[in-house]
Amino acid sequence: MLNQSTISDLATKLAKRETSSREVTQSCLDQIARVDGQIHAFISHDDVDALAQADAADKRLAAGERGPLLGVPIAIKDVLAVKDQPLNCCSKILGKFTSPYDATVIEKLKAAGAVVFGRLNMDEFAMGSSTENSAFGTTRNPWALDRIPGGSSGGSAAAVAADQCIASLGSDTGGSIRQPAALCGCVGLKPTYGRVSRYGLVAFASSLDQIGPFTKDVRDSAILLETLSGHDKRDSSSVPQPVPNYAAALDGNVKGLKLGLPKEYMIGGLDSEVKAAVDAAVKQLEKLGAEIVEISLPHTDYAVATYYIIATAEASANLARFDGIRYGARVDGADPIELYGNTRGQGFGPEVKRRIILGTYVLSSGYYDAYYLRAQKVRTLIRQDFLKAFEKVDAIVTPTTPTAAFKIGEKSDDPLQMYLSDIFTISCNLAGIPGLSLPCGFTKSPKLPIGLQLLGKPFGEEMLLKIAHAYEQSTPFHKEKAPL
Amino acid sequence: MSGVEIDVKYVAHLARINLTAAEEQKLSAQLGKILGYIEKLKELDVSNVEPTAHAFPLVNITRADEVRPSLSNEDALRNAPGKANGLFIVPKIVE
Repeated sequence: MLNQSTISDLATKLAKRETSSREVTQSCLDQIARVDGQIHAFISHDDVDALAQADAADKRLAAGERGPLLGVPIAIKDVLAVKDQPLNCCSKILGKFTSPYDATVIEKLKAAGAVVFGRLNMDEFAMGSSTENSAFGTTRNPWALDRIPGGSSGGSAAAVAADQCIASLGSDTGGSIRQPAALCGCVGLKPTYGRVSRYGLVAFASSLDQIGPFTKDVRDSAILLETLSGHDKRDSSSVPQPVPNYAAALDGNVKGLKLGLPKEYMIGGLDSEVKAAVDAAVKQLEKLGAEIVEISLPHTDYAVATYYIIATAEASANLARFDGIRYGARVDGADPIELYGNTRGQGFGPEVKRRIILGTYVLSSGYYDAYYLRAQKVRTLIRQDFLKAFEKVDAIVTPTTPTAAFKIGEKSDDPLQMYLSDIFTISCNLAGIPGLSLPCGFTKSPKLPIGLQLLGKPFGEEMLLKIAHAYEQSTPFHKEKAPL
Repeated sequence: MSGVEIDVKYVAHLARINLTAAEEQKLSAQLGKILGYIEKLKELDVSNVEPTAHAFPLVNITRADEVRPSLSNEDALRNAPGKANGLFIVPKIVE
């Protein structure tokens, strides 16, 4: 079935005119019609627009144009602006908002001829680890419908795992690409901070947010990353660093590479099946010729606390713009202050309110030094841990998550437990380094995907993709499909 | 994990979020617990550590002071909850 194809498969088939973008796009839309009633990865999709883009791509193909993404359907997390499409961040507060412009990554995809379609479910404003915080209902894990797909980019991961699109985009502030990729069994990449422009990404925590791809294999991740990356003068934090041909790095050779195993990541709370799968993956990498080195990231235990100060502080400032004045929903009041309070009180869901209030508190007069400034200093220590480790190793290998997908409702009443489920992914954002998750096995019963996380040096995406590719090509896990 | 007292009503006012009494109560307990967990950062000596605001600080990112294309008035207002004559409508501010 065409909707199960990878980007690289399709490029070949489309180039030879063995299939058309319309056929591929239609097969994704058919799969959505067949399974999305159960999964709910999409909150909306404009089929007419998607097929019109497919026809435009077919014309370009017929005229002899070729490109890795030309005619490939790619679905989009509901946090990225796509001109004239709805943008809700899965919140009630945006009302009937439609984007007046394209995000930079969307411009790049459109220029490459991709079929950019659909609005994928997520935790409201990307705050959460399960999509249970969406105002549009929870997404279900394609591998077990009573379980969460992870979050915040749960829709992006589930849609790829369920073959409802060829690839998707998500955003990652504390693990929101890697954690759902791990729990749904796909490849998710969070690039180095500044690698991909954030212009047109609704900001959650500006110093941590990055956009990245969800794909069915590592090669596709490399292909998509190359298109997304690059300096953008509209994002002053994007870094003017040349973009390599990432796919060229996939040579299958990891001989002599040094991989670090942080001892702090192999501790309590790590599920035994996850540990066994990660141990086996490390053995496999060793068999492929990599050298395994034990390393220490001594401030790991402080990452979650640091993150929940910095991310909420930044969120409290970023989300001040949702005030019911210029766009989105409005709940009236006698004066502007009452209007703001009513609009935000009724427009935001519980987790978003919790984080804005926490962020406001840690920034408020008298608490700034004790919380925010201290967290920024601990952030320095966490970043130094990684930079020191990378003097000795080429990449770091860890589990992506402490457990496989948990049940819907299992953690939704205990925010702190939910936060602690991000323990392995959060440091990467604080340090600003790239991280990739790929499948490394399954739990037995129920059968749920397990993710392996690779963390790399700043702008070391080529190394991560090379290692991930060599591992993937020597294991069968990425070929398994969710039972739908 | 010790709890921390937080005046949720006051902080919610600073954040311009009107809460119900039930929400205030629930948040007060939850935030107390989260702040109790965050207290662990006080275990670390950070007296000689510089803060990190950005992983890759870039300084003086400027552009030429030139007029460039921007959103039209119509596009800027297309999502406004209240608009008239090319302007946003807001509640009366001055008596």
